[in-house]
Amino acid sequence: MKKRSKDGLLIAPLYVFTLLFVAAPLLYMLALSFMQRAEVWGVEAAFSLDSYRKILQPVYRDTFVESVKLAFTTTFLTLLVGYPFGYFMARLPAKRKSLVMLLVVIPFWTNALMRMYGWMILFRSNGLAEQALLRFGLIEDSLKLLYNYKAVLAGMVYALLPFMVLAVYSSAEKMDWSLVEAAKDLGAKNWQAFATVTLKLTLPGILSGVILVFIPSMGLFFIADILGGGKIMLVGNLIRDQLMSTRDWPFAAALSVVLMAFTMLFIWTYRKITHSDELEGLL
Amino acid sequence: MEEKKTRSRKKKRIRPSDCYLGVLLALMYLPILMVILYSFNASKTSVVWGGFTLSWYEEMLHDRGLLQALQNSVVLGLSASAIAGVIGTLGAVGMSRVHFRSKGMLDYLILVPIMVPEIILGMVFMVFFSLLSLPFGMTTLVLGHSAFCVPYVYMMVKARLIGIDKSYAEAARDLGARERQVFFDITLPLIAPAIASGMLLSFAMSLDDVVISIFVAGARISTLPVKIYTQLKTGVTPEINALCTLMLAVTIFLVLLSGRLQKKKL
Amino acid sequence: MSNVLILEGIEKSFGKTRVLRGIDLEIARGEFLTLLGSSGCGKTTTLRIVAGLETPDRGRVLLNGEDVTEREPWQRNVNTVFQNYALFPHMDVAANIGYSLKLKKKSRPEIARAVTESLKLVQLEGYEKRMPSELSGGQRQRVAIARALVNEPQVLLLDEPLGALDLQLRRQMQTELKRLQKRLGITFIYITHDQEEALNMSDRIAVMREGRFVQIGSAQEIYDRPRTSYVARFVGNANIIRVDGRMLAVRSEQILLDGQETPGALAAVVKEKSFVGGMLRIGLELTDGTPVTASRHGIDAAWQPGERLYVSWRPEHGVPVEKDETAAGEEVDEEAL
Repeated sequence: MKKRSKDGLLIAPLYVFTLLFVAAPLLYMLALSFMQRAEVWGVEAAFSLDSYRKILQPVYRDTFVESVKLAFTTTFLTLLVGYPFGYFMARLPAKRKSLVMLLVVIPFWTNALMRMYGWMILFRSNGLAEQALLRFGLIEDSLKLLYNYKAVLAGMVYALLPFMVLAVYSSAEKMDWSLVEAAKDLGAKNWQAFATVTLKLTLPGILSGVILVFIPSMGLFFIADILGGGKIMLVGNLIRDQLMSTRDWPFAAALSVVLMAFTMLFIWTYRKITHSDELEGLL
Repeated sequence: MEEKKTRSRKKKRIRPSDCYLGVLLALMYLPILMVILYSFNASKTSVVWGGFTLSWYEEMLHDRGLLQALQNSVVLGLSASAIAGVIGTLGAVGMSRVHFRSKGMLDYLILVPIMVPEIILGMVFMVFFSLLSLPFGMTTLVLGHSAFCVPYVYMMVKARLIGIDKSYAEAARDLGARERQVFFDITLPLIAPAIASGMLLSFAMSLDDVVISIFVAGARISTLPVKIYTQLKTGVTPEINALCTLMLAVTIFLVLLSGRLQKKKL
Repeated sequence: MSNVLILEGIEKSFGKTRVLRGIDLEIARGEFLTLLGSSGCGKTTTLRIVAGLETPDRGRVLLNGEDVTEREPWQRNVNTVFQNYALFPHMDVAANIGYSLKLKKKSRPEIARAVTESLKLVQLEGYEKRMPSELSGGQRQRVAIARALVNEPQVLLLDEPLGALDLQLRRQMQTELKRLQKRLGITFIYITHDQEEALNMSDRIAVMREGRFVQIGSAQEIYDRPRTSYVARFVGNANIIRVDGRMLAVRSEQILLDGQETPGALAAVVKEKSFVGGMLRIGLELTDGTPVTASRHGIDAAWQPGERLYVSWRPEHGVPVEKDETAAGEEVDEEAL
């Protein structure tokens, strides 16, 4: 008994911190979303569903739909590009593997803004990419590679690719390759072995990567800001504007609650499918 | 002879998978290299190459606002990772020992800050800190950053604790160690690399964060990423290139350090 | 008071599983006692209760006549050699061995001297600065023993210490351990599931099954006069044959085979032959379906599978044994038999 209370003290800081700075703020967000915006300043503690109704207004609904679409497209492209990367990486000889690993981890740890900035230098009009393409005669006129939807999409994929790569790699690495060999030995062609064995065994990595890419891509407002040139509006931007300029906090809270619900749904699905609590390759 | 030839050709042949990795890595690093390159570019427009210079680094050193932001970022990163180090480590050790009803719930809640989109975290902190009428500034920044740093340390230490054979602690007890001595002599040294990795990652993530900082920094204080963000929106001065290059160097150092620590895993 | 350790009516359950169902044991000073049993019989739990790593639900542990049941491990002068050695991976050999002395706040030179001495004892002089990861399995084993002995415990507990070693090293270590124990005069409680090891090393053997002792006695007693069919099979690899309502244990090498019927012999059919451990084993089946194994020197015998034979034994080789009482309604691990 004495021992137990001592161990209990160890988790006390974590317990208090989590309740105070995770649970309480989230509950407050939920409460806030049902409140009303005050006439002049701040919020009024009166129950109302106005904020949720507001989300359904066409202009906001479209923003939401656009965001989800962008997130889906980003996730799909990241998977398309990142899966082979993670897969090939896991098949590299040990020495080169750790080098490539290092090279993937560095961007992962690097400030995303800085990488976006480098991206801008590369692709702005008259930038290096355009000049190179012009010189080789692949294009004739300025391409306008920045400040549009495609630029935001490309930036998102670029920013989030390491997450997908690490997730896929982590489960491909753990895979027992002799199973693939066994499948081939039993008569499966290469693509059959891949489809029936490899793909199934790396599924946790794929799902984890999808989550790790999809969830942030709903909220990365600064990429839309910088690469979209202010023309692309995502849920993230909307929440930010509602908080900082319009100051309709209940509406911002309602938007966040819906976004949070999306997140939870995704993670719940992941848990149901993989029966695992930990996301593959999160660390 | 013939056989030898084919073999050597085989060895030299570059596999398509290697090409793929190479091309993607190049694409990943090209933007970063651009930033580094232009930090040494004498031309101010940064579209053309105007020769090598270190003047942007010099200018950076004289930019009061930038240096202040740098200092803020470092203080913030150190404080947040220190808090996360203590809370996360104690928590992971404690959670491995006690069982209580809400444990599963707590285990889930701890990870929420790194699972939800950052924008939600930024938003809830902003409104929550206003509710508590905390003055926005370093305190709110540290609290906000600690919230997403704690899970990193917690997860890494937890994973390490699972990996440690529990017979080490039993052997120590058997040899005459009391609970406290077991912790300081055995458990702590064995999880130390995980704590350090977790804190390094925390520091890097704190140094990386824009979203949460924008919401909880308030008007009077700025961090480096926030400063860069503002410039990217309004207009870039070349010294930002220099600054980014320096930050990249710090990041690479942190990654290498963390890699070394993980390799020391027993 | 010649008993260094007494266990009285120890019971222990983990959740719904009753692991120990009343353990009574008296161990004399300087004795080499082996707990023998298959996995899950409760031998490790018994050891952990003596070490203080586990508290019994009922019963008492007396060390030198003192009740230590509720005492922490650091309050008992008992040390353990763990199954996987549990050498602290972040400490070198000297630090591992000196750890318990450091906890006792001994001076540095004192610790260094004791470490050197105990390394000599296990024939690892000069290994002080090695890390555990740089040692072979056998060397780790020796360090683990040195670490447990440096404290001069009254009782040394060894939990299958040789389990991870290969056969040759195992044999060598058996001899060494036995010699060490005789020299130091320390009481050893040794756990194994290997009956050969038990017979080889112990002064006394306690055969455990389902959380109880089935039989306690000298190696000779256990081998020659098994009390129950379980002991006969587990320790002596004996055949259990029912004759006139009595159960007899007959060891395989004492089974006589004959092509002609003799008085009292039992009819059997040869089922298989195999060459195991330097002996030819002949598997037979009696007419009532009882399996019987006979073993012979040499690598082959004239009998072929399917052949009818007659099984008999000399009267003094048929040892009457009791039927084992099983705990009703609980699963029994018979696989190790």
